[in-house]
Amino acid sequence: MRLLINKIFLSLSVLSALIGLAFLAWILITLFIKGLGSFHFGLFLNDLIDGGLRNLIIGQFILAGLASIIGIPLGMAAGIYIQEYGQGRYANIIRDLSDIMMSAPSIVIGAFVYAVVVVPTGGTSGFAGAIALAIMMIPVVINTTDNMLSLVPRELREAGIALGASKYKVIIDIVIKAAKVGIMTGILLAFARIIGETAPLLFTSETSNYFSLNLTESFPSLTVSIYDLANEPEEASRDLAWAASFILTVLVLIINLSGRFITRNKK
Amino acid sequence: MPVLNIKKFSFTYPGVDHPSLKNINLPIKKNKITALIGPSGCGKSTLLRSMNRIHDLYPGNKYEGKIEFTDENKQISDILDIKKENEFIELRQKIGMIFQKPTPFPMSIFDNVAYGLKIAGVKNKTELADRVEVALKGSALWKEVHDRLNKSAMGLSGGQQQRLCIARAVAVKPEVLLFDEPTSALDPISTGAIEELIVELKKDVSIAIVTHNMQQASRISDYTAFMYLGDLVEYDKTENIFLNPKEKKTEDYITGRFG
Amino acid sequence: MEKIFQKLSLSSASLVFVLLIGIFITLYTAAKPAIDEFGFDFVTNPDWNKEVSLNPTSLTDTVVDMEEDSLDGEIIDEDDMEIADEDDDAILDEDEDDMMLDDEDDAVTKTIYGGLVPIIGTLLTTLIALAFALPIAMGIAVFLAEIAPKNIANVVGIAIELLAAIPSIIFGMWGLYYFAPIISDLFGGYQVSLLTAGLVLGVMVLPFMAAITRDSMNTTPNVLKESAYALGATKFEVIKDIIFPFSKVGIIGSIILALGRALGETMAVAFLIGSIFVLPQKITDPTISIPVAMANNFGEASGLGESALFYLALILFIISFAIISIAKFYFLKKAN
Ligand SMILES: Nc1ncnc2c1ncn2[C@@H]1O[C@H](COP(=O)(O)OP(=O)(O)OP(=O)(O)O)[C@@H](O)[C@H]1O
Ligand SMILES: [Mg+2]
Repeated sequence: MRLLINKIFLSLSVLSALIGLAFLAWILITLFIKGLGSFHFGLFLNDLIDGGLRNLIIGQFILAGLASIIGIPLGMAAGIYIQEYGQGRYANIIRDLSDIMMSAPSIVIGAFVYAVVVVPTGGTSGFAGAIALAIMMIPVVINTTDNMLSLVPRELREAGIALGASKYKVIIDIVIKAAKVGIMTGILLAFARIIGETAPLLFTSETSNYFSLNLTESFPSLTVSIYDLANEPEEASRDLAWAASFILTVLVLIINLSGRFITRNKK
Repeated sequence: MPVLNIKKFSFTYPGVDHPSLKNINLPIKKNKITALIGPSGCGKSTLLRSMNRIHDLYPGNKYEGKIEFTDENKQISDILDIKKENEFIELRQKIGMIFQKPTPFPMSIFDNVAYGLKIAGVKNKTELADRVEVALKGSALWKEVHDRLNKSAMGLSGGQQQRLCIARAVAVKPEVLLFDEPTSALDPISTGAIEELIVELKKDVSIAIVTHNMQQASRISDYTAFMYLGDLVEYDKTENIFLNPKEKKTEDYITGRFG
Repeated sequence: MEKIFQKLSLSSASLVFVLLIGIFITLYTAAKPAIDEFGFDFVTNPDWNKEVSLNPTSLTDTVVDMEEDSLDGEIIDEDDMEIADEDDDAILDEDEDDMMLDDEDDAVTKTIYGGLVPIIGTLLTTLIALAFALPIAMGIAVFLAEIAPKNIANVVGIAIELLAAIPSIIFGMWGLYYFAPIISDLFGGYQVSLLTAGLVLGVMVLPFMAAITRDSMNTTPNVLKESAYALGATKFEVIKDIIFPFSKVGIIGSIILALGRALGETMAVAFLIGSIFVLPQKITDPTISIPVAMANNFGEASGLGESALFYLALILFIISFAIISIAKFYFLKKAN
């Protein structure tokens, strides 16, 4: 009897794992079939207005890249403060708030940026989109930096100080170096996350059918365009959405996996 | 007739190319205490953990040889032949184990002691209560905890927790108890209490105990096995091992020249 | 130099603080007109973008809950109002219409906004998602932490984490075109509905929940498990009696965290919920959730409509803030 219950329970657990894997397989296979079915290299050469995705892919990278340029230094600096400078209360509060912000609904962040950037500047823009993504990224970067720095042994810092280096020198030259791999992984995972975001871009960058490098106007976004295309009635638009989704997922998974790969190799 | 008779036993961990135990021959005698001593990493725990096959929680271990178990009905079986889940469960009900660190389960004191009984199918409330009481009295813990049986076991001191674990193991009436350094995480007073308890227990069970503490081995054990680098170097009555060891290695070790 | 560096890092850290406060204040300010207009009744009022005529001549057909809503409205104070008699479906079609004062016949009209539908929609989709994901996620976590051999656990673990990394918009598209048809065949009803939205949301939070639950379960010390096995416990008994009680707080924290995620999810739900402001009668009916209301109406909204959306955003922000804080600071902190 006990053994039977045990068997049943364990089988259920294995079954759940199979269900989980089945969903992954189902989604990936769908993406592959639908996505590859509508995929051709012309997509990389034409802009959306000509039935391609070039402007969208580049636009999405620019948005996520700009967000990283804003978010990574700020996030790292804040993480450094929490771990290296902050004492007691304040650092802890910041750590907690950043944790909360990490799980804040992304659409709300979009609404926030809409109110403080889009409305005052008179319209959606690439800048607004990048800022929304940066706000999403900062807490993630803070979290990794904080965690990775906490793994660096105290002796290492003391040894540096004992050699007469100033604290910030020790942090930059020794502590960050020691935690480099972990932080890089975290940043890559954060990048993989924001590059697939849609909700915070919907009313900040919006999207555009045309190629654009002008960050002060509506900016081409792959994810937002997927949403638009997928909701259009024509078959062709939806096929394009599938192709775009396929490219997006492959990108996200590659970035995600390479993040994991770095840690694995360096360990 | 020993309860456990280990014959030509070798053991290899998964992913390790050499055996951690080589050709061990060792009896665990009935109603006696057998101490396993030796320097760190020599394989004491590995040997002890083979006797109830707890190794098998992790796959890929390689056993060779035999560990013959003579149960109370004089039935002899080879522990290493066990393959089925229910046989493992039976084996572990007959051969209990106490670990280095106390391992109170996240439940009340009463439920901790009753746990082994409950999973073995004892349902009757009064029988449970009786056997818990007997086990707690047997581990000299009853006086200290009888008025807080429903409190969490986490609230006990380290020594009390360890005696609780012994009570828990004893409650299912095992035939053999395996102790892996049961006092190394405890203070001298708790250690003394546990040592007394172990000596007391040998009336009912046969005992194998791994210890780093020479005095402990000489104080409580009847037989001592000295192990070194995966070999069993010497096995004899405890006084012989400590007073006139046959092997040079044994002598060096017990006189503190290495280890 | 040292000083500058330190100041820089301090101000970056403070930025988090400023941002959170900023988000709160901004949402509040933007929601203020709607808050002033509708007060707390916003939460219980099921009508969104509904024109009520403020006809001074008709004293009949007073609608009670509207009256409350407009207590502090300027024009209507002394007057009873009458709902313009469109039926629900007609309103649906008018989602995008702007709703300022509108002279229909001889009536002065005014548009009212209530948040009940998206609030209910958010809660119900989240509930369905959790009901679906919870058992499976627990099963997966148990499998990864206790059953699978290490190498398999690693591979499956990475696969599950990859599932968690797939952008939510992909879940939405896949859900709409491949998952929902199957569900609506099985359960009847529409392809876009509470049920399908909730289930797809469930699929989406599943890996996240499984991964963090596994992490919680992995904190159970090996010796503790071994000593249960040494008493003759089966794997099921060890999991039920040792691992679950031991990592209980962590697991609950993980579940609540997943709940927080589900509440705020936009894209996976947007494809499937139907996006109409109607209270669902059945689980297979379409409706709307807060994030979806924002995603689909923000662009066209202005004035009071936009403010009402900000009101919804504020509600969502506060709820998820509370839930995440509880998860993180009560359960997960305690678990460590
Ligand atoms: N899980 C394992 N996988 C591989 N090798 C192991 C494993 N556990 C132990 N070993 C190796 O087996 C040998 C014997 O270890 P064991 O733990 O039995 O030693 P011990 O005598 O109990 O030492 P200590 O006194 O430190 O507890 C050691 O060389 C150890 O490194
Ligand atoms: Mg040992």
